[in-house]
Amino acid sequence: MNLDDFMLRATLAAIGTGLAAAPLGCFVVWRRMAYFGDAVAHAAILGVALSLALSLPVFAGALIVALVMAMAVTMLSGRGYAMDTLLGVMAHSALAFGLVAVSFLANVRIDLMAYLFGDILAVSRGDLGVIWVGAAVVLALVGWRWSALLTATLNPDLARAAGIEPRREQLVLTLALALVVAVAIKVVGVLLITAMLIIPAATARPFSRTPEAMAVIASCLAMLAAWTGLEVSYAADTPTGPTIVCVIAALFCLSTAVAGLRGAFAAGRRQP
Amino acid sequence: MSPLIETKGLTVRYGRTIVLDDVDLRIDRDEIVTIVGPNGSGKSTLLRALLGGVRAAGGQILRAPGLRLGYVPQRLSLDPTLPLTVARFLGLPRRVRSGDIHAALEAAGLADVASRQMADLSGGQFQRVLLARAILEDPDLLILDEATAGLDQRGAAAFYRRIEEVRAATGCAVLMVSHDLHVVMSASDRVICLNGHVCCEGTPEVVAEAPVYRALFGEGTQGALALYRHRHDHRHDHDTSHTRAAEAAQ
Repeated sequence: MNLDDFMLRATLAAIGTGLAAAPLGCFVVWRRMAYFGDAVAHAAILGVALSLALSLPVFAGALIVALVMAMAVTMLSGRGYAMDTLLGVMAHSALAFGLVAVSFLANVRIDLMAYLFGDILAVSRGDLGVIWVGAAVVLALVGWRWSALLTATLNPDLARAAGIEPRREQLVLTLALALVVAVAIKVVGVLLITAMLIIPAATARPFSRTPEAMAVIASCLAMLAAWTGLEVSYAADTPTGPTIVCVIAALFCLSTAVAGLRGAFAAGRRQP
Repeated sequence: MSPLIETKGLTVRYGRTIVLDDVDLRIDRDEIVTIVGPNGSGKSTLLRALLGGVRAAGGQILRAPGLRLGYVPQRLSLDPTLPLTVARFLGLPRRVRSGDIHAALEAAGLADVASRQMADLSGGQFQRVLLARAILEDPDLLILDEATAGLDQRGAAAFYRRIEEVRAATGCAVLMVSHDLHVVMSASDRVICLNGHVCCEGTPEVVAEAPVYRALFGEGTQGALALYRHRHDHRHDHDTSHTRAAEAAQ
């Protein structure tokens, strides 16, 4: 395999990100954490600014700030403000502070678009390593805690009765989410990460009978969209990250339409 | 005999509000205990504390070593985005053999629904699936929180009869919280009347006659107590829905 080919590196990066994001995205959908994902992703731009200022690897800075953000939201929840208000405050403040912080670094201003929308064609061998190790850790984490996470998602007390501590599972999810954000910055950028989490899961829903099936189908769809989006963006000369998200969105529309037609057909057969 | 679970002086605060004050509770093997109390009396908090989900401000909770709990929640808010078959739900968090799944469904009084989606079940079927899952945990203690809230009286009575059968078959102890006073109390060995603290406890008859219980649930109001005593003191010839439900429960 020739990793000198930038298209091959980009393809592998996109597939790795999609593979890690999709199963985790199922939990984000089931637990209604979409806005939470947004807040954590937006905070990562602040992490990018800090790592550029301190000459740290961008991955590390983004991961740390995303984690701090996730912990802060988790701890602040249930203390007077409704969750969506709290997340709205945190998500947009983090983004604004991040953008202001980046503006202080005069020499990197041109790179801002790359972090907001991804710059997958510039993925290096090192980036690829980080992405795949990060993706493997996320998959291992979610796979290891799968049943416990699922039980805690259904009902915290049900989980406790079975000897599972829901707060610990929440922590596992938070950690995995921060990892995915840090991994996906290079691929789709902070503004579109939530799309990689949620849309494949939502697309898989009508064709799934079990949670596991939904995760597997979502992963396949995410990989398909990553590959197709990359090819389309190469052929049509469009920005790659947004193109990948456009492809997933198109798949979602298709899935919703098919599910709707199937429902109408089933209803028609019941009432001839 | 050592108790399955025991609280000593359990106190729970939410902010400055004292929800549970110095509660002593003890549950032994093989008994059915019911907690009754008005809204906001701390019933659900007490159950959650027993499950380990509430931090105690004082006192302690002692569990028998290796105690296995089966829990039937009041309801399960199933997000529509989560696809879940009955069989998969019963296998959470630990996978179980399909033979055990069928046995548990049968014990809970359900026909073959293993391959159905949870979201497609009726209220009564859903509650019985929750019961089946609790049975699969092979519990020493079965805890039910308002488990019949969504059922009509017939359904509730049938559900409690099922629980007595489960107790008879497995020998597990049962702890219930319920609003269906007249049905649930008749199925209990012991009733604990809770209102932040333990007001009184004893056999259903003793509790029903206790002044504190009457003060809480009313006597002249033709409330649950009136129905309860009505049913036990004498029997009417005409067939009301209450006596039907009561007979079904017995």
